[in-house]
Amino acid sequence: MTTAPPLLRPPAGPRPAAAPAGRPRRVAAARMVGRRLLAAVPVVLAVSLGVFAAAAASPFDPLAGYLGDRYLTASQTTQDEIAAQLGTDRPWPVQYLGWLGDLATGDLGTSRAFGQPVADVLAERLPWTLLLVAVSLAVAVVLALVLGTWTATRRGGWVDRLVTPGCLLLQGLPPFVVALGAVAVFGVGLAWLPVAGLTDAGAALSAGQVARHLVLPALVLALSQLPWLLLTVRQSMLRSLAEDHVAGARARGLAERTVVLRHALPTALLPFVTLLGARLPELVVGAVLVEEVFSWPGLAQAVVTSATELDFALLAFLTLLSTVAVLLGSLLADVATVLLDPRVAADG
Amino acid sequence: MADRRLGVGLAVLAGLTAYALLVPWVAGVDDRVADFAAARQAPSATHLFGTDSAGRDLFVRTAAGLRVSLLVATVCALLSTVIGAVVGALSAVAGGRVDRLVMRVVDGVNAVPHLLLGIVLVALFRGSLVAIIASIALTHWTQVARIVRSEVLSLRDRPLVDAAVLGGAARWRVVHRHLLPAALPQALVAAVLLLPHAVWHESTLSFLGLGLPPHRASLGTLLEEARSSLLLGGWWTLVFPALGLVLATLAAAAVGAALRDRVALPRRTEVRR
Repeated sequence: MTTAPPLLRPPAGPRPAAAPAGRPRRVAAARMVGRRLLAAVPVVLAVSLGVFAAAAASPFDPLAGYLGDRYLTASQTTQDEIAAQLGTDRPWPVQYLGWLGDLATGDLGTSRAFGQPVADVLAERLPWTLLLVAVSLAVAVVLALVLGTWTATRRGGWVDRLVTPGCLLLQGLPPFVVALGAVAVFGVGLAWLPVAGLTDAGAALSAGQVARHLVLPALVLALSQLPWLLLTVRQSMLRSLAEDHVAGARARGLAERTVVLRHALPTALLPFVTLLGARLPELVVGAVLVEEVFSWPGLAQAVVTSATELDFALLAFLTLLSTVAVLLGSLLADVATVLLDPRVAADG
Repeated sequence: MADRRLGVGLAVLAGLTAYALLVPWVAGVDDRVADFAAARQAPSATHLFGTDSAGRDLFVRTAAGLRVSLLVATVCALLSTVIGAVVGALSAVAGGRVDRLVMRVVDGVNAVPHLLLGIVLVALFRGSLVAIIASIALTHWTQVARIVRSEVLSLRDRPLVDAAVLGGAARWRVVHRHLLPAALPQALVAAVLLLPHAVWHESTLSFLGLGLPPHRASLGTLLEEARSSLLLGGWWTLVFPALGLVLATLAAAAVGAALRDRVALPRRTEVRR
C-alpha cells in the first residue's frame, strides 16, 4: 500500500520572505522615521508661528504681563524703555525669529507665572507628568488588553454586558467630570484617598506619599482613555478569532488559552498600537484636566496656569512641546506597527 | 437599531432643548441673582436640583447653562462644518499641489491637541464669546474637510460630472451645483457628530476658568463651581449639570452615528463605472 502524498508539504527550508526581510524592514522603518521627522519640522514651525500671530492679533500686551500691577502706573516713557529692553516693540515676525533663535541656543525664556526660567519649570514638572501619564497609560493598556480579550472570548457574558455599556457611558463623560466624580466618591464620601497635590499638607516628599496621591489621578486618567482602547481590543479580537489561522490552531487541538493568547491576540494588537498613537492628543488633554482637578504639580497643570496668568513664554513653549510629543508619539506607534506586522508597507 | 438610536437620541435632545429653553422662562427668576440665605441646599420640592454656594436654584441654572452650552456648541459645529466643507471641496477640486498643501495643514492642526490650541486662543482673547466659538470652530473643521474631500473626490469621477462638463458647465458651477450638494448629507452628519465635541470643549474651557465668566451659567462654569461645593458634600452641584452634559453628548453622538449609517447606505441608483 503506497502512502498518499501529504496534503500539505512542510515548507522546504526557511520561508523565502522571513530571513532576508528583517533588515530591509528595519531600513524601511528608519527611512520612514527620517521622512516623518522632516515633515514634522514645518508643522512645528507653523504651529508656533500661529501662536505668535494669534498673540500679535490679540488685545494682550506682553508689557502688562511683565509689569503686572505697575503696568497701570508706569509712565509711557518707562513703558517704551522696558519694551525696547525686552524687544517687545519689534514687529512680531522679528520677535518670533528671535524666540526661535533663543530656542535653538537652549534659552527657553523666563516664566513669569512661576518666576523662574522655563527650563527650570520644565525640569521640575516634567517628571511628575511623565509619572502620571506612564502609570495611567500602563493601567489603561493592561485593563484594555485583559478586559478586551475577556469580553471578546466570552461574548455576551455578564462582564461583556457590563463593560460595553460602561465604555459608552465613559465616552460621554469628559475627563474632568470623571475626576470630580472620583473626588466626590473616594475623596469626600468615602474619604479613602487624598484628592490634591503630591503629599499631605506639610508631609515630606516620599514614595509612599506620592503613591497614595497618585492613585486617584492615575485611575481617572486611565479610565478616561479606557473606552477607546478596550472597545478596539475587543473588536479586533473578535475579528481575529474568526480568522483562518485561529481556526487552524483550534483544529490542531491547541489549548484554548494558547489559541487566544498566542494566535489570536498578536494579530489583534496591531490596530491597538496604531490607536495608542492616535489617542495621544487626547491623553495630553486628559492629563491637563486631571492635573488641574487634582492639583498635580505637573507640566499639564502649568499649561492652565500659564494660560490664566498669560505667561506667554511658558504657554508658547508648552504648546510647542505638546505638538512635538504628539508627533513623536504617533511616529513611534507607526514604527512599532511596521516592525511588528510584516504585511504593512513602510511608506506612511 | 439605527432607527431606535435616532429616535431616542432625537427625543433626548428635544427634551433637553425644551428644558433649557422653557424652564428659565417659566420659572421667571434670574439665574444670576444670589440668595445666600438659601445657599447649599440639597434637592427638595422647592429646589428640585438643590442650590449652589450662592443660593441660586440649580434647576433653573442648569437649564440656563445647558442653553448657553447647546447654543455655543451648535454655532461651533455649524461653523466648523462650513469651514471644513469649503476647504475640503476646494482641496479636492483644485487637486495637485494645493490639495497636498491643504492636507498638510490638516495634519498640522490635528497634530496639536485641540484643547491646547483652544486654551491658547481663549487665553489671548480672554472672556470673549467670539474667541471661544472661534477656538472651537478653528480646531474642529479638519474632520469635515477630510470627509467632504474624499466624498468630492469620489463624486468627481461619476458620469453626472462628465455630463455636466460636456454640457459646457464651468468648473465652479460643477462644484456648487453638483459636487457640494452631493457632499452635503455627509457634511451635515459630520456637523451632528461635532456637536458633542463642541459641548465638551466649551464646558472644558469654562471649567478651566478660561471660557465664559463665572457668573454666566454654562455647563462648564456650573461644574467649575461644583468643584468647591463638592468638598463640602454638595454632590448635587456635580450630578445634575454633569447629567445634562452626558445626556446631551450621548444623544448627539447617537443621532450622529445613526445618521451616518443611514447616509452610508447606497443612496442612488446611478450606474457607476
